[in-house]
Amino acid sequence: MQKMLTIISNVLRGSARRNGASLVVASRSYADFTPEATFDIKKVDLHRLEEGPPLTSTLTREEGLKYYRTMQTIRRMELKADQLYKQKIIRGFCHLYDGQEACAVGIEGGITLSDHLITAYRAHGYTLTRGGTVREIMAELTGRRGGIAKGKGGSMHMYTKNFYGGNGIVGAQVPLGAGVALACKYLGNDQLCVSLYGDGAANQGQIFETYNMSSLWKLPIIFICENNQYAMGTSVERSAASTEYYKRGDYIPGIRVDGMDVLCVREATKFAAAHCRSGKGPILMELQTYRYHGHSMSDPGVSYRTREEIQEVRSKSDPISMLKDRMLSNNMASIEELKEIDIAVRKEIEDAAQFATTDPEPPLDDLCSHIFANDQPFEVRGATPWTKLTSTS
Amino acid sequence: AFFSHRVMSLFQVNVRDALNQAMDEELERDERVFLLGEEVAQYDGAYKVSRGLWKKYGDKRIIDTPITEMGFAGIAVGAAFAGLRPICEFMTWNFSMQAIDQVINSAAKTYYMSAGAQPVPIVFRGPNGSSAGVAAQHSQCFAAWYGHCPGLKVVSPWNSEDARGLLKAAIRDNNPVVFLENELMYGVPFDLSEEVMHKDFVLPIGKAKVERQGTHITLVSHSRCVGFCLDAAAVLAKEGVECEVVNLRTIRPLDVETIEASVMKTGHLVTVEGGWPQYGVGAEICARIMEGPAFNYLDAPAVRVTGVDIPMPYAKILEDHSVPQIKDIIFTVKKVLNM
Repeated sequence: MQKMLTIISNVLRGSARRNGASLVVASRSYADFTPEATFDIKKVDLHRLEEGPPLTSTLTREEGLKYYRTMQTIRRMELKADQLYKQKIIRGFCHLYDGQEACAVGIEGGITLSDHLITAYRAHGYTLTRGGTVREIMAELTGRRGGIAKGKGGSMHMYTKNFYGGNGIVGAQVPLGAGVALACKYLGNDQLCVSLYGDGAANQGQIFETYNMSSLWKLPIIFICENNQYAMGTSVERSAASTEYYKRGDYIPGIRVDGMDVLCVREATKFAAAHCRSGKGPILMELQTYRYHGHSMSDPGVSYRTREEIQEVRSKSDPISMLKDRMLSNNMASIEELKEIDIAVRKEIEDAAQFATTDPEPPLDDLCSHIFANDQPFEVRGATPWTKLTSTS
Repeated sequence: AFFSHRVMSLFQVNVRDALNQAMDEELERDERVFLLGEEVAQYDGAYKVSRGLWKKYGDKRIIDTPITEMGFAGIAVGAAFAGLRPICEFMTWNFSMQAIDQVINSAAKTYYMSAGAQPVPIVFRGPNGSSAGVAAQHSQCFAAWYGHCPGLKVVSPWNSEDARGLLKAAIRDNNPVVFLENELMYGVPFDLSEEVMHKDFVLPIGKAKVERQGTHITLVSHSRCVGFCLDAAAVLAKEGVECEVVNLRTIRPLDVETIEASVMKTGHLVTVEGGWPQYGVGAEICARIMEGPAFNYLDAPAVRVTGVDIPMPYAKILEDHSVPQIKDIIFTVKKVLNM
């Protein structure tokens, strides 16, 4: 446990930069703010690459406010989901993303919405960054007809344009993502697919099969391993003979990135995207990140790690605090302005939760629908031979 | 050559060539259709079903994969998510077990889980069931396993017309289709009419065909066993027993109406399949007949003829006794008719 704490501290300490003391100001007009600033970011570790992403990142005020708001929205949405789960309004599986916000937001900062993305079950943050609304995400968690999948999918099965879920079977999403990338290459549209998986999934055989085919066929795929140090209750040392996940693609170039710093993630993603779009084939990014919650809502998350460890990451490496400190100490925003964003986010979450708890459940007529696409309605056998239900597309 | 000779307006086409022509026509018709699998391109297909296609369409549309079923089946499904129309070949359906998670959890269930946002227009195809001397690991019939799952269409052609019409329909279908071929049928020729040879000829998925009219007893079967039923019917006809032979063509959705209409006419039912008896296709048909209107017309219990409930042995004499033979069908018909 102590060893784990040391490893985590060492890995994440480098990212906890505070660029000078925060300034406290009473009121400022927007003309007073710095429109953009350039920050030093942590150097990445390289595998089979001569050069990596740049060592600095330029952030505009608009980008900063956008990233701040999106990360805060994910954070508050996940915490609200925690609350609703404990009230038994959300049931089943619920895998929360708080702590990892910089990954989803930073990745989206390095690609566009016409690119594609697929991940596993810790997917609420990505559903948002890929164009879903908090309302329809929360209503899906509570299983209502206003949910993004009309209540048919739940936490692990949410879809938006160019976002293919939300996948429940560990590792299965990676070959799927390569298939999406194959379609991009086939159609010649210069798009790429980001395929995410965790440190647990990283040992799956089908991922190595996918490394092989993606490289053979030079598919425009960015493999991203979100290494949050634990696969359920099993730490990386206990599950992987090699924990250098960015090297596990062997012949695929890889970079290991500080996943708690949204700017690091963004620059790395831009670098990886350029690599793919130039026709060089796949590239692998390991994002070193951390989840504050347990694996899911059924896991308190403290039997395999200490509360001290969680607290240390929260205080030294929180992605939202890091961005906030950067912006404040470089005069890119005021405390009041950020507080206003917090209040707006809180309201958005409250409204969404209100909707998610009052919207009706799906109608029983919907039980058998969506079995087949573009088909005539057909009969579905119910629980008894006399129960004849109808399926529509 | 596509055909050996033409008599009147009949073309003699074996099942292999019917499948080949169907894929060729659909590849030509729709740019988004492509084929991937082991040996499908430069080797012309392990069973030569894709002969000539790589030469005609090239690397982009006919793709040789490494021996990694789980990976390439997943890639095929992902390509379908993103708007292509893949044909994913399993060299035999036995190898699909390595990839079955992608077929069921990624392909079959996605349209439902996404509440209609994400269709999956994919065809998985390959030879299914017993062959000759390939032993236990290469001889399993998967009709019951895949037929169990909502979200899949499962098709099992018998002759060349079935193969051609159903494969074209499967490729044009916007849903995941499991297409179960039969290796021993690949080389068998059948006469096809001009109508069947038309490039837009498709057969409806989910509709069975009465191959032979009869009055005394209904034989329901799929794939190669349909031929055995017809052979048994010819022998029985000499003894004055007229069998009605129903070719299922599709395992899921099951055309129970056609079976019921036949049973209501003949009053007797025997199902014939190559797969194992327990929880099989015949078991499902018998259960449905019990639960529906045709039960009242049965003059005897409905009965199944199946593969023997064992892993497939190698030695010829043992293998021959592991699968339904014509004499088993004749014996069963006579038992059911109390002859």
